[in-house]
Amino acid sequence: MKRTRQRLPHARVDTGKPLTFRFEGETYRGFSGDTLASALLANGVSIVGRSFKLHRPRGVFAAGREDANALVQLEHGAWSEPNARATLVPLYDGLVAEGQNAWPAPGWDLLAALGLLKKVLPAGFYYKTFIWPNWKYWEGLVRRLAGLGRAPTAPDPQYYFKQTVHAEVVIVGAGRSGLEAAVAAAQDPGCRVLLLDEQEEPGGSLLASPDPVDRAWLASTLERIAQCPNVTLVPRCSVNGYYDHDVLAALQRVCSHLGPHAESTAPREIFWRVCAGRVVLATGALERPLVFPHNDRPGIMLAGAVREYTHRYGLTLGERIVFFTNNDSAWHTALELAEHGVRVAAIVDVRPRVAPELLRQATAAGIVDRLGYSVVHTRGRRALRQLVIRRLTEGGHGLQGPRDILDCDLLAMSGGWSPTLHLYSQSGGKLDWRDEDSCFVPGAGSQAVTVVGRANGDFPQPLHTQAYWLTPGVAPDCQWVDFQYDVTAADIQLAARENYVSVEHVKRYTTNGMAIDQGKTSNVNGLGILALATGRSIPEVGTTRFRPPYHPATIGAWAGIELGALYQPFQRLPAHACHVALGAQMADMGGWQRPEYYPQAGESEQQAIAREVLAVRNAVGLLDYSPLGKLEVHGPDAREFLNRVYVNNLATLKPGAARYGLMLNERGIVVDDGVVVCLAEDHFLLHTTSGGASAVHRALEEWLQCEWVALRVLVSNVTTQWATFMLSGPGARAVLAQLPCDIQCSRDDFAHMQFRTGTLCGVPARILRASFTGELSFEISVPAACGESLWEVLMAAGASHSITPFGIEALMVLRTEKGFLHIGSDTDGNTMPQDLGWGDAIGKNPGDFIGRRSLALEAGQDPQRLQFTGLALEDETGTTVSGAHVLSEDGNSSAGYVTSACFSPTLGRTVALGIVAGARARLGETVSVYYEGKTQPARLVAPCQLDPEGARLQADAAAPQPVRQPGTPRSAVPQPATPQPATPQPAASQHIPQVLAARGPLAGDSGIATPGFRLREATGVELLRLQVFHRGEGQVEALASALHTALPGPGIAHPQGARTWLWCAPGDWLVTVPAGTGATELAALRAAAGELLAVAAAVTDSRVMFSLGGARVREVLARGTTLDLHQQYFEHQRCAVTRFASVPVLLLAEGDEMLLFACRSLAAYLSAWFRAVSRDC
Amino acid sequence: MMRIECPWCGSRSEDEFLCGGQSHIARPDPAAASDDEWAAYLYQRDNPKGPHHERWLHRFGCGQWFNMARDTVSHEILAVYPMTAPKPELLDVPGGEA
Repeated sequence: MKRTRQRLPHARVDTGKPLTFRFEGETYRGFSGDTLASALLANGVSIVGRSFKLHRPRGVFAAGREDANALVQLEHGAWSEPNARATLVPLYDGLVAEGQNAWPAPGWDLLAALGLLKKVLPAGFYYKTFIWPNWKYWEGLVRRLAGLGRAPTAPDPQYYFKQTVHAEVVIVGAGRSGLEAAVAAAQDPGCRVLLLDEQEEPGGSLLASPDPVDRAWLASTLERIAQCPNVTLVPRCSVNGYYDHDVLAALQRVCSHLGPHAESTAPREIFWRVCAGRVVLATGALERPLVFPHNDRPGIMLAGAVREYTHRYGLTLGERIVFFTNNDSAWHTALELAEHGVRVAAIVDVRPRVAPELLRQATAAGIVDRLGYSVVHTRGRRALRQLVIRRLTEGGHGLQGPRDILDCDLLAMSGGWSPTLHLYSQSGGKLDWRDEDSCFVPGAGSQAVTVVGRANGDFPQPLHTQAYWLTPGVAPDCQWVDFQYDVTAADIQLAARENYVSVEHVKRYTTNGMAIDQGKTSNVNGLGILALATGRSIPEVGTTRFRPPYHPATIGAWAGIELGALYQPFQRLPAHACHVALGAQMADMGGWQRPEYYPQAGESEQQAIAREVLAVRNAVGLLDYSPLGKLEVHGPDAREFLNRVYVNNLATLKPGAARYGLMLNERGIVVDDGVVVCLAEDHFLLHTTSGGASAVHRALEEWLQCEWVALRVLVSNVTTQWATFMLSGPGARAVLAQLPCDIQCSRDDFAHMQFRTGTLCGVPARILRASFTGELSFEISVPAACGESLWEVLMAAGASHSITPFGIEALMVLRTEKGFLHIGSDTDGNTMPQDLGWGDAIGKNPGDFIGRRSLALEAGQDPQRLQFTGLALEDETGTTVSGAHVLSEDGNSSAGYVTSACFSPTLGRTVALGIVAGARARLGETVSVYYEGKTQPARLVAPCQLDPEGARLQADAAAPQPVRQPGTPRSAVPQPATPQPATPQPAASQHIPQVLAARGPLAGDSGIATPGFRLREATGVELLRLQVFHRGEGQVEALASALHTALPGPGIAHPQGARTWLWCAPGDWLVTVPAGTGATELAALRAAAGELLAVAAAVTDSRVMFSLGGARVREVLARGTTLDLHQQYFEHQRCAVTRFASVPVLLLAEGDEMLLFACRSLAAYLSAWFRAVSRDC
Repeated sequence: MMRIECPWCGSRSEDEFLCGGQSHIARPDPAAASDDEWAAYLYQRDNPKGPHHERWLHRFGCGQWFNMARDTVSHEILAVYPMTAPKPELLDVPGGEA
């Protein structure tokens, strides 16, 4: 271990707490309070890394966020972080770091030979050089030679989450101005003040001050702020983005500063979304480097950084320090250093004159001054040794006189100060150029933001800056502007010569300020050089608009916990556990976790699907069909409304009858289909495609709220209220007949496309006879809570009929064999109903319907439209896939494509559907199907390739229509499948329970109980929903009067006896009532509703209720919603419908508890979400 | 990210809403409209730099559609008003027309 430098006595590092760390394999020592940069400097490490392009040696050059030179690869393995700035890494014991972009090591980098090629690698050389043969050819080589750190390849062992925080005043930066602003804002006790600071400790530039008065002020102000309950000071929290409406994004380092070995349950970082009433930017100012020959040598630092390393970290960085400046701040720094016994040899100033008082003080301190001079060369291979200076001509446009040599071991430079206005610019604020300080200051603002302190250009002492953008009279190609990206003054001049005028283009062509620097130190100098080169002023050149992020942000923090299973919300079927127990292969489909197929031991996917298909054709199958969209439409105008919504004429649809309907958008494009059921004259049930219920519901509401506002209609989405199972196959009726049910299921009593309601196994049930498989099918719905139980009952009842559970894959084969349309697969964004053979049906609807007029536009009349058809491959052993093209007659272009294709185990060949140009008039023609370079002939046939007469719909257990078995030749007439469909065994019914069991959505989940947070499924209440047609005159008032209660308005929970009314939407309330009283209460609500257009329903089954508690409950909730949950605003008996963890929920504050209501199908997702996000509670 | 004042639920974040595009587009009588008129109704939209009248849905809240006048440059929300209300006068907007 090497000896480390002595620290000055007033340093803020704790010399009582030594820490060891490793850099480039060497072990060093530092102290608590050091950064990696200060510790490296203390140990005399002058070269930390190499520049991006030319591999020039780079050392520590600044003390904060603006240092783009001292980049390291922090730690190894999964935790590793590339491009960590040594100036921002607080030292911890055992830290391991390595320099970047160097081989074999930063101190001895063989790739530095690239520096010899500097002349042939100017700005834009990529575009000029790597043209032959193409960029891809060179990319691999370039990536190896030029670059940054390495991204870790293993998953991050720590986790991240996001949260939303609301505050009336948000202050960015806890330096002097920020702290003063916080103290002032704290005067109003009702004002929440959030003070965010990016450093390890608050204080900003005060931390670099040796002045005891400053230090005392800092300590007492922090003490004062700590006593203000309405001020929250958050260190290690960098504000990275300023978005619309005063929303900020910030990144808090929670335990990342402790390194990989910290024992903590806390997240590594937290992504903050901050909603501010107003914002105070106290972001300070950044010092600029000066542009002169060889200004990038290690040992050349910003003057302010030298000040900070001296007084904050107690380091004497040089024995002969020379300052080089164009403003007064460096003089103050030099004098302050001298006062503390640091030897300052000289001050070189480009200005011919400075204040006499400064000169006097400098002379008194023994500092040599060189006014009107510039540095024209620096010397020293591994450390700075000498400066060559020369006098500037009057006006500063050239050099004159002899060269002078100054010995020095550290050059502290100051090219002036730039207020840190990145966030201000992001907020939409304009930047104005201030000539006397050569810097941009805030101009006209556009949001509720004020800028204070040095960020506003209010410097504690006048700077008297003289613009000095580069050193005249010497080669510009060794005068660095962007150190990290190797951009020189010559590069910017080259861009100007090549006629780049816009500053945005110059930035991208030269890459000035493009990478790690992000313009912090290079922006203004680059503008100055461009202005000189193009003969314009800086305001004429303009500046680039700053964009988020201000500082590079960890991608993991943006992802939060939305990874793996929580990547997006998932919905679970009521009988999920049954599918898992049967070994189903589950897949995400439209947000639902659904069984694809149920493989048996040793079965391949194709074998399983074929077995399931044949089971449905030959015996009976059972499908969990719960995601089938179900919307209820009530009201006197319901029929009129649906006639306008569907292509079909629904005027003749009688109660109890069902009809297949097609839905278009206003452009005439088919968007949904499903079976419409008439429940009563003013009450309909709409089935939508699975996963399409929300979109259809939204479209219906848009028409009702925005266009047909007078229609007296209420729509509600009841999809998750019901568990739906499809019992399909010749044995379906026999299986259903075993269940205690008051619905007559015989062929005569229950015809195809009929719908019945009644009681099944003691619970309310709805049964639809429709068929998406071509077989006799019953779609049975019971309350979602009873779904699992019904699945078990149907499986038991079907056991003697060899009932087979089947998944979506088999369903898709079954419907493709039958040529049944699947919207979105067999239709594209251009498909109109006439393309599906619905031309005649359109004529039967006498009125207007959505999209009808569009069908008559020219495009709708084109005979060459892509039309729905079946495709039969001429080679019966051939296969094809969806996406294969159907070729035009000349074979040169596409004339449609295959939309569905699968092997049909029933027919023993591939069946395919497609949309093909003019197909309806070309039936029987042979076309070429093209896929991956091969063509094969296929015939255009009717979509339905199995049982076109529909005889199988009447198939019954008594009269099976056997189909073939896999593997048998097509010519062979297949025998009935085994086992033979049989009459029900009386013994089987003994296992059928008379009443279905109701189960909660989180059965078996014991909830969460951590010291700070509790979650359990709430029970003990039932839920009712009451909707009233609020657009109707006096309806809400009449309902309230009939109920003898005031119905609460937005955001309010209103107790009325044992009931609690929760406002969900205008004319829409959720009512909680004690368990066991639901039926009576529902009857009471229905009685009160009377003749009003109001609908009351029991919805307990469709919801999950979470009871949340613990001291940190609101904190946990803020990780899922952007709602302001502060007690002051979201107090007892407030409620809100909001977006939570990406799904809609209703939140209710109930004493110390919070109740969260959500869709039942989301219960497992939300439970997993809470578990992931409450890990630190 | 915008903060939008839902007429029913109050101030909420943009991610609870869905923008339905330009508002105040009258649906022509389908029986009387020419092809051009119908196509204009379907497809032709303003794309102003400045105040714009849009319809928005509080999708993750009360499920209600409402109108909003928004400056497309500054994202300033100039007015929020019911779906069936006429376009408000935007007096304090330079060049803003009713």
